[in-house]
Amino acid sequence: MSDATSTAPADRARSNELGPVARFLKATELDTRMLGMIAALLIIWLGFHIFSNGLFLTPRNLWNLSVQSSSVAVMATGMVLVIVTRNIDLSVGSVLGFVGMIIGVTQAEILPRYLDFGHPAIWVIALIVGILIGVIIGALQGYVIAFLGVPAFIVTLGGLLVLRGAAWWVTSGRTVAPMDETFRLMGGGPAGSIGATASWIVGIIACLAVVLMLFNGRRQRKRFRFPLRPVWAEFFLGGIACAFIMGAVWIANSYPWPIGIVRNYARDNNITLPEGGLFIAHGIAIPVLIAIGVGVIMSFVSTRTRFGRYVFAIGGNPEAAALAGINTRWVTMKIFMLMGGLAAIGAAISTARLNAATNAQGTLDELLVIAAAVIGGTSLAGGAGTVAGAMIGAVLMQSLSTGMILLGVDTPLQNIVVGLVLVIAVWLDTLYRKRMQ
Amino acid sequence: MERKGPPLVELKNISIAFGGIRAVDDASVDLYPGEVVALLGHNGAGKSTLIKILSGAYKRDAGEIRVNGEEATIANPRDAKAYGIETIYQTLALADNVDAAANLFLGRELVTAWGTLDDVAMEDQARKVMGRLNPRFVRFKEPVVKLSGGQRQSVAIARAILFNARILIMDEPTAALGPQETAQVGELVKQLKADGIGIFLISHDIHDVFDLADRVCVMKNGQVVGTARTEDVTKDEVLGMIILGKCPPGATPGPGAMVVAAA
Ligand SMILES: Nc1ncnc2c1ncn2[C@@H]1O[C@H](COP(=O)(O)OP(=O)(O)OP(=O)(O)O)[C@@H](O)[C@H]1O
Ligand SMILES: [Mg+2]
Repeated sequence: MSDATSTAPADRARSNELGPVARFLKATELDTRMLGMIAALLIIWLGFHIFSNGLFLTPRNLWNLSVQSSSVAVMATGMVLVIVTRNIDLSVGSVLGFVGMIIGVTQAEILPRYLDFGHPAIWVIALIVGILIGVIIGALQGYVIAFLGVPAFIVTLGGLLVLRGAAWWVTSGRTVAPMDETFRLMGGGPAGSIGATASWIVGIIACLAVVLMLFNGRRQRKRFRFPLRPVWAEFFLGGIACAFIMGAVWIANSYPWPIGIVRNYARDNNITLPEGGLFIAHGIAIPVLIAIGVGVIMSFVSTRTRFGRYVFAIGGNPEAAALAGINTRWVTMKIFMLMGGLAAIGAAISTARLNAATNAQGTLDELLVIAAAVIGGTSLAGGAGTVAGAMIGAVLMQSLSTGMILLGVDTPLQNIVVGLVLVIAVWLDTLYRKRMQ
Repeated sequence: MERKGPPLVELKNISIAFGGIRAVDDASVDLYPGEVVALLGHNGAGKSTLIKILSGAYKRDAGEIRVNGEEATIANPRDAKAYGIETIYQTLALADNVDAAANLFLGRELVTAWGTLDDVAMEDQARKVMGRLNPRFVRFKEPVVKLSGGQRQSVAIARAILFNARILIMDEPTAALGPQETAQVGELVKQLKADGIGIFLISHDIHDVFDLADRVCVMKNGQVVGTARTEDVTKDEVLGMIILGKCPPGATPGPGAMVVAAA
C-alpha cells in the first residue's frame, strides 16, 4: 500500500518558490492569521502607551486589563462554537444578568437562613446553582433552536428580552449585596490573586505542559513516520511560548498591593513595615486563572474531542454531517447548554468583582462577546474559528476601551471607535481569507 | 450468478412524495451478495431519492426494506450504517472545512485511550485507503474545499469503502473523475464484488453499466420501468427503456412500463 503512495508522483500544483519568511512559517506551522491579530494587539497597546505618556504598558494597567477581560473572554470561548455552527446567541448578556441575580440572592439572602455567615459551602452552592440555571436556560433555548427549528437569532433575541425582564423580577430591581467573602475571590483584587510564589509555580507548570504537548505531538507523528517539524522549529515554538508565559507571570508579579492594603495586612499579621514599605505582589488574578482554564478546556474540547469535530463539521456542511450519522440537533442543543454554563461563569466573575448583583449587569455584553469571537477570526458564515483567537479578541476589545478611558475619550466617541474597529477588523479578515483561497 | 438464500437487500413498493411530486412511486428492486445492480433513468427519475431512502437520509411514505430477508428499520443514516450500508452521495456530502481524514472518519472517529481524537491514526488509515484509490493524492492536511472535484470524489469513495460495507450505494461515483481514476473505480467495483459486497450503482454511462453491472433497473418518473439481466438485453433496448419507458422482452416489466396497445 505504502509503496503505491511513494512511487506515484505527487498530485499537486507546482508550488511557488518559498522566500525565507514563508519557509519559516511553513516549518513552524504558525497560524499567520493569529500572528496578525497578535501584531494588531501589540500595535494598539504601543499606540495607547505612547499617547497616554507611558500609562498603558504598566504592570498595573495590564493586570487590570486581564481582570476586566476575563468575563467576556470566558463567554467568547462558547460563542465560537455557537457561531461556527452558523448560529448566534444574543442572550448571553441577559443570561449573565439573570444568573448573576440568582447567584447573588442565593448566597446573600437564601443560604444565610440555613447556614452560618461565611460558611464555606455558601459560595460553592451559589456557584453550582448559577451554573445549573445557566445550563438549563441554554438547554431550553437550544431545544427550541435545534428541535423546533426556530432560528437562533429569534430565539436568543427573545431570550435577551425575557431574561433581562426576569433579572428584574428576581428582586423587583433591587441590587443584592454584599457577596460572600470566599465567593468574592473570583472577582480578583489583592485578596483574589494568588501571589508571587504561586504565580511562578503556575507559570512553570504551564511551560512544562507546553513542552509536553510539543513532545507528545512529535512522538505521535513519529509513530506513523509522518513528516516532522524541524527540531529547531520545535525549540523555537517551545521557547517563545515559555518566554511569553513567564513574561506574563513576571508582569503580574510586578504589580504590588496598594499601600493601604499592605498596611492593614501588616497590622493584622503583626508585621512591622520596613522603611521603604513592603512589596507584596498581586500575582495572577483568580478570574484570569478561571478564564485561562476555561480557554484551555474549550480549546481542547473544540479540537481534540468528537464533540468538537462534530461542531466544525456541522458548520462546514450541516447536511453532510447529518448524512454521516451525526445527531446534529443534539450537538446544537449541547452547544447552547455549554454557552449557558459559560455565561453563568461570566456572571460569577462579574458579580464577584462588583461585590453585588444588579439587574442591569451584563447589558450589551452579548455584543462584546460576539465582537470578540468575530475579531478573533470566527467566521459568521460558519465552519471556522478558534477559541484562542476569540480570547485574544476579548482582550483586544477590552484594550480599546481601557486605552480610551486612559486617554480621557468620551463614552460616545468610545462607542464610535469600537464600532469602526469591529467593521474594519472583519473587513481585513475577509481580505485575508480571499487571498488564502 | 448463483442466488442462494434471500437477497441482501430488498426494497419493496417504496413510495415517497415531496409536496405534490411523487419522486418515487411504488418502486421495488433487490440486490444479491456479490452483485452489481445499476439504477438507470433520466434526470429527475427518482434514482437518488430511492437510494437515499435506503441510506436513511429520507423517510419513506410507504413500502418496506428487507436486509437478508428480515425487515429492517432504517430511520436515519446511523441505522443504515449499522446494517453495513455505505453510501457515496451524488453531492458527495463532505464537510468542506475539515481535512480528508476527518471526513473519512466523520461520525466514527478513532479515539485514543483517553477518549480524545486520534488524528495521526486516522491520517494513517486515510493515507492507506486513498493510496488504493488515487495514489497521487497527497493533500491530507488541507480542508477538502481546497481539493479538485475529482479529488473530493475520491475522498467520498474512500469513506464508503473504509468501513467494510456489505451494501454499497454509489450515486454517480465517477462523474468528476478523469479516465484513469474512473478505470480505478471500475477495478474497485470488481474487487468489492468479488468480496461478496452488493452494489447499487447509479450511472448515466451505459457502457460503464454494461461493463460492470449484472442487472439493470430502469426508472422513469419515479416508477420502475423494468429490471433485466445485462446479458438478456442490448444497449439500445435499455436506452429505449430509459427514454420511452418501453420494456423489451428480455426484461421483467415494472409498474412504470409503457402499456403497449394491443394491436
Ligand atoms: N428534497 C427534495 N425536495 C423536493 N423535491 C425533491 C427533493 N429531492 C428530489 N426531489 C424531486 O424528486 C424527483 C427525483 O429526484 P432525484 O434526485 O431522485 O432524481 P435522479 O433520478 O437522481 O436524477 P439525476 O439523474 O439528475 O441525479 C425530482 O423531480 C426532484 O425534483
Ligand atoms: Mg441523482
